[in-house]
Amino acid sequence: MTAPRKRRQASKPAAAALAEFMRRAYAMELEAAERYADFAAQMEMHNNREVAELFRSLAQIEHRHATSIRKQMGWKSAPQVLTAVRWLGREGPESGAPGELHYLMQPYHALEIALANEQRAARFFAAFARRSGPAAIRAAAAAMAREERAHARLVRQWLARVPRPDPGWDRDPDPPNYNGE
Amino acid sequence: MSTASAAAITPQSFKSGVKPVWCPGCGDYSVLSSITKALAALGLAPENAAIVSGIGCSSRIPAYTSCYGFHGVHGRALPAATGLKIARPDLTVIVAGGDGDGYSIGGNHFLHACRRNVDLTYVVMDNHVYGMTKGQPSPTTEPDWDSKLAPGGTGLREFHPLVIALASGANFIARAFSGDPNGTADLIAQAVRHPGFSFIEVLSPCVTYRPEQRGWKDAVRPASVAVTDDPARAARRLMTDDGFNLGVLYAGRRAPYRAAPQHEPQSPASLELDFAL
Repeated sequence: MTAPRKRRQASKPAAAALAEFMRRAYAMELEAAERYADFAAQMEMHNNREVAELFRSLAQIEHRHATSIRKQMGWKSAPQVLTAVRWLGREGPESGAPGELHYLMQPYHALEIALANEQRAARFFAAFARRSGPAAIRAAAAAMAREERAHARLVRQWLARVPRPDPGWDRDPDPPNYNGE
Repeated sequence: MSTASAAAITPQSFKSGVKPVWCPGCGDYSVLSSITKALAALGLAPENAAIVSGIGCSSRIPAYTSCYGFHGVHGRALPAATGLKIARPDLTVIVAGGDGDGYSIGGNHFLHACRRNVDLTYVVMDNHVYGMTKGQPSPTTEPDWDSKLAPGGTGLREFHPLVIALASGANFIARAFSGDPNGTADLIAQAVRHPGFSFIEVLSPCVTYRPEQRGWKDAVRPASVAVTDDPARAARRLMTDDGFNLGVLYAGRRAPYRAAPQHEPQSPASLELDFAL
């Protein structure tokens, strides 16, 4: 009788820890989705429709990842109180840096941002999988790392189909910057 | 402070649906996101908060939120916000603007808002340039910043807003970086919770006129000292500060200004009596 109770006592904190890990993974995916949506809105405002559409697609993809975590965990509704993830910097590993955009940027640049995000996310989960801790968390982190690597491969294939920008892609014949040349 | 059900309020609840027109990559997008995150974290309902601004790129923020808002007169956001807070102490009032609006045109109001210590949170998006009017040097521009509008630089020593805020009596002084939206949101929430006049300088790069400010992400660092409530110690820190230390740099204990209670509400007719000849 004693042994099963001990097992139950041990598994309860592990399950709670796994749920917390998944909540953070969910927060990370959601933050990435919101960031891409913000990027899309910035590009739409500046009439860069091609890049806006691409960022919008990336936002939808990240949103789907967040939803799949929710389904996997059996959460009936989205967790409301989320703790932001920070890793090797100030933000979650899958969120594009807010200052990287340019109004004349091209799809190639947007995909470069996406590739860096996916690769960073894969490294994050791989590092988590190597940590000591409950086996369930390490297994979940390893699975996430595999998924992120698969996403990175897809983005690389996408990049291969998109023209590389010519030098001087950011040259504007009517620049906003009066201080420029 | 009135609060709403935490489950119902999210950062999205504070967005108006009006799309910002800032340049892509501008730091102000992140500051907007940080303000909405902070308000959600505080559990406020949009109708319990007001955002007051002056003029400039960053001063467009009230239109992008669903709170009460006032996009006012250049440099005069602080007096308008002071009046609002005195009239409606139940509202959480955030004042937003840029370095030109706050330190030059509104410089005098900045000093006296610090001195009065009304319970406001002032968020200044500092990019060291007048962006909306095409890149003139502002009070915080480096003296040697060379541009067509100021060849060779202005040669003028830059304004040090945090030192001025401390000397003038601000009760909470912090520096944030727009490239850290979650950290900035935490600081804004702390500033709102802290009684009295709270001042947050947010380093918010102007990617159009000051593209070199993209490098700020590598220059900023968390302040290596713990927060102090001792103004003398804070003064020593701020006087030797290089402008890139992030976090709460001073949290004082001065009681905020409160208007004397009025027992009888005044009617418009009674107010007119004061002006009778």
